[in-house]
Amino acid sequence: MTSFWAVLSATLVKDIRLEWRSKDALNSMLFFSLLVVVIFVFSFDPLAEESRHIVGGLVWVAFLFAAVVALNQTWARELRNQVLDAYRVSPAPANALFLAKSVGNFLFVSVLEALMTPLFIVFYNLHVLGPAWQLIPIALLGTWALVVNGTFFAAMSLRTRNREIMLPLLLFPISIPAVLGMVAGTTAVLTGENSAHFYIVLLLTYDVVFTTASLALFGTILHAE
Amino acid sequence: MIKQFGRFAALRGVSAEFDPGRLHAILGDNGAGKTTLLRGLAGLAQPTQGTISIFGKSPRDACREIGYMAHPSLLYDEMSGMENLRYFAGLYGVVSNARCEEVIRSVGLDPELTRGVGQYSQGMRQRMSLARAILHDPRLLLLDEPFSNVDIHSAREMVGLLRGMRDAGKTIFVVTHQAMLLEGAADEFVWMQAGQIVARTATAERGRAQ
Repeated sequence: MTSFWAVLSATLVKDIRLEWRSKDALNSMLFFSLLVVVIFVFSFDPLAEESRHIVGGLVWVAFLFAAVVALNQTWARELRNQVLDAYRVSPAPANALFLAKSVGNFLFVSVLEALMTPLFIVFYNLHVLGPAWQLIPIALLGTWALVVNGTFFAAMSLRTRNREIMLPLLLFPISIPAVLGMVAGTTAVLTGENSAHFYIVLLLTYDVVFTTASLALFGTILHAE
Repeated sequence: MIKQFGRFAALRGVSAEFDPGRLHAILGDNGAGKTTLLRGLAGLAQPTQGTISIFGKSPRDACREIGYMAHPSLLYDEMSGMENLRYFAGLYGVVSNARCEEVIRSVGLDPELTRGVGQYSQGMRQRMSLARAILHDPRLLLLDEPFSNVDIHSAREMVGLLRGMRDAGKTIFVVTHQAMLLEGAADEFVWMQAGQIVARTATAERGRAQ
């Protein structure tokens, strides 16, 4: 059996190298998120107090839409020259490919979040009233929730004719519990009115359930004709 | 085996046994089912009916013993030949850089080439694709149109390489429209038509006459 971790790390390094050279996903995500921030700033002019209540939603919707761009790219490069077939005929474990893609997407979306969050803070004049450290687990667990489902559904929609439309159609409904957790958790920390503990546990549970389900089903998706 | 895509039958009852250690050329018009047969042997197309046995195992179980070269290159355009081979070697547990270099040299390319495979000529891409297929030293080699867009000199070199591999005991299937290139090298010419094997001959000329 080919080593799971060796294949995972080789695939992850390969994806980072390809993204570093092309910057396809990062450029499109950054451009898209910047547009969203600017449009929101022009559309609303909230007071600082109102900002704390709405920014959680704005931030996560912007990241969700931007992530879809990266998620579509991640499998598109495996379709060029039918490279995915080379993986399918190899003894490499299917789950190593899935996890490598998920971790890669997690890194790309995290870079986007790290770059865009200061802009949101500046444009919306944000001051956190609750325990700010709780934003870290919310961001990490929320981002994983988006990319693990996104990577799975992007693979599932690979062979459909309109895969770029299919991905959001499949991903958004199933992400609703996670998005609710992310938005409500972020708002709870920003306003300091409620504890975000419940939402962190919700996101953790969501991540465990969907990561397990995706790992269990990915082999079937990969080897489907 | 029968292979259907919806109502269309790409293979209509292919039943055959092939000797190991021989070079089999698979010939036929477009749409005859050659590529579907090869994809079935590679484990990429599941039979609608019937079974495939390779060295006594299913194609999936025998995947370590199969090398597959498709019509597209199955390579990442943005990575160099060596980077591509290092990645695919890892999928088979081959960790030696020396093996990657050896295979690249064996197909007549330079492992030091740093430009992306996407900037290679079509002929160079075909050779690199062959290098990827033989990287893990498979017992069975499945090649889909390896000589298309390759100049005659390079194609003859590739045939020489395949002949050497056959002599070393490998079993090789080559789907091609250029039967004459394999005259004298192939042990058998398998003729396909409308999803069936219609003839198996020792020479390309005899098959054409049939």
